[in-house]
Amino acid sequence: MSEIIIEPVTRIEGHAKIAVSVGPDGAVTDARFSVTQVRGFERITVGRPMHEMPSFMARICGICPTSHLLASAKACDEILGVTVPRAARHLRRVMNLAQIVQSHALNFFHLSSPDLLLGFDSDPATRNIAGVAARAPELARDGIALRKFGQQIIETLGGKRVHPAWVVPGGVSTPLSTEQRDNILGAIPDAHARAVRTLEWYKENLASWAEEAAHFGSFPSLYMGLVHHRTGNAAYSDGHLRMVDAEGHRLLDDVDPRPYWDYLGEAVEPYSYLKSPFYKPLGYPAGLYRVGPLARLNVVDKLGSPVADAELAEFRLRLGRFPHGSFHYHWARLIEILHCIDTIGQILSGPDILDQDVRAHAAVNNLEGVGVSEAPRGTLFHHYRVDKDGIIQWVNLVIATGHNNLAMNRSVLQVAQRYIKGDEVREGALNRVEAVIRAYDPCLSCSTHALGQMPLVLEIFAPDGELVRRVTRSPA
Amino acid sequence: MSEVRTLQIDGKDVAARSDQTILSAAQDNEIGIPTLCHLEGLSDVGACRLCVVEVEGTPKLLPSCTTRVEEGMKITTTSERLVAYRRKMIEMFFVERNHICAVCVANNHCELQDLATRLGVDHFDLPLMHPKLPVDATHERFAIDHNRCILCTRCVRVCDEVEQAHTWDVAGRGAESLIVSDLGTPWGSSTTCTSCGKCVQVCPTGALFEKGRSVAEPKARRPYLPYLVRVAEREQ
Repeated sequence: MSEIIIEPVTRIEGHAKIAVSVGPDGAVTDARFSVTQVRGFERITVGRPMHEMPSFMARICGICPTSHLLASAKACDEILGVTVPRAARHLRRVMNLAQIVQSHALNFFHLSSPDLLLGFDSDPATRNIAGVAARAPELARDGIALRKFGQQIIETLGGKRVHPAWVVPGGVSTPLSTEQRDNILGAIPDAHARAVRTLEWYKENLASWAEEAAHFGSFPSLYMGLVHHRTGNAAYSDGHLRMVDAEGHRLLDDVDPRPYWDYLGEAVEPYSYLKSPFYKPLGYPAGLYRVGPLARLNVVDKLGSPVADAELAEFRLRLGRFPHGSFHYHWARLIEILHCIDTIGQILSGPDILDQDVRAHAAVNNLEGVGVSEAPRGTLFHHYRVDKDGIIQWVNLVIATGHNNLAMNRSVLQVAQRYIKGDEVREGALNRVEAVIRAYDPCLSCSTHALGQMPLVLEIFAPDGELVRRVTRSPA
Repeated sequence: MSEVRTLQIDGKDVAARSDQTILSAAQDNEIGIPTLCHLEGLSDVGACRLCVVEVEGTPKLLPSCTTRVEEGMKITTTSERLVAYRRKMIEMFFVERNHICAVCVANNHCELQDLATRLGVDHFDLPLMHPKLPVDATHERFAIDHNRCILCTRCVRVCDEVEQAHTWDVAGRGAESLIVSDLGTPWGSSTTCTSCGKCVQVCPTGALFEKGRSVAEPKARRPYLPYLVRVAEREQ
């Protein structure tokens, strides 16, 4: 048996490697996605005051600091035992939606569009955002503008684009001014138009990716996401948990997401630092479920904004009510970008948004708290225990990418079986193995490999461990 | 009875009273010397060594906050040697404990951080010591994080000299010294602490802070201290 190792996996956020095992007949027998970094946030925060947690946790990632900020602040809200003022709740929602827009734009335009626009088999030297800008400048411009739209909202609200400290336990630190609101509202029509234009481009080209769509992690699974408890619409910041199976049966519906240990188990594999959560009643690894854009579109009844809902209807018309191909994360991401832009407009047009009461204060009233929100990549759980003085004693994080770990492994195997035969490995095949991982937009830490050509090493080992072939792709 | 002394600071002829320190004389003449442990209204102890100056005829650097002026002194407050010393001292404050500005309550409102910026300390040559230090959050309203303490003793002095409670002291030796309340009992069980919060007000870093404040949330401003000192003096 031989082993093929792809390391590092490029154009994802973080460091990972893929190991593919090939049997004597040349057929792929196993494939594993390993996260090779340990971060240790659950340990280094022990002993710190709880009010530091939101900013501390934001440092987990430079792409989605706001998601961690929010989930962490919500866990702290529960420890304080406070009700967050209404305006603060809405402002937190706006920041979370802006975060989803900018993160989705980063994945779609900067990381994924080179494959989609230029082709999976195209010259790797130009298969990057610069290549996209040369071939389709309008698409690249839309990507940059949409990311900027999200980042500028975060900066307007929080004072800076990355790691703002504005979301605090009990609410937010400063209210919104009329000028800030009007600035954000003024940017919405342009962002909306760009999102619609990108969706049109994607839909026109969907047929050309039929081959990938059919083999990129296309298998039935469970899906999990937060939905509004009354309407069943998408709820990114404060929702109830819903889990559906491949046929749409609701395994969990309208349940409080906080006691996640009732529903989710967490397995650990020796080859990866990333945990593998699973749906408890089905056991490990049968309880494989997916989260993130595709999962959210599958669990919600509707999104809750009219234009995006029309897009969702078309999505379901063309792919079925519960599409199972992970390739469709891309389309789902674009629909979510549109929905988030429009929802930001809805929220900011509300009557109480400028309210000055944006923060509740309290001492420690509960020794334990769980904060749950939808991050761009899926449902995010922060779980803390403190002593009576508010000093952190224990932390558990279940991050969005973790939920997808089992599904990513399954997807890698599927793609490897399709595109790799023996030690015959074409560049395009390697990239397809990477690309299926990229479809999930895994956020492994905080480093981006977006520009240029990253080094890629492929090693094939004979059964006795001897290196029989080594293919190196050097950095540009 | 103080007398007049004439001396030179940075080449400028100045006059000062004989009971004045070099720092005070320099400040009267608008000559800036960086300080950290010094605070107007409190006694000076020369703990931080940032205000060191060169005095002609003396090979040692002298702390300007505790050195009295003398007739004919020729003082230099800024030189390459002094800047290098001050930078090194700032660096030592940082590496001695665990200063993580990004998650600190005092971020953007920290005297240590400001000085590091002002003196251009943008990296450390010395290895970080990473000591394991506790956070005492037993007090109802305040907490002390020894990871961020630079042992300037402003808290000790304000508690003793202004509030006159003398809750705080310094225990241990050298870099392992710790600020302790009531001879080492948890702050929350202190019987002398009046919960006045002056120690929190005068702390130059985020070591002493109000519970419930999040990262980069400034505490109230502190110019009220000279006023409190005058009130205390009048009462005596």
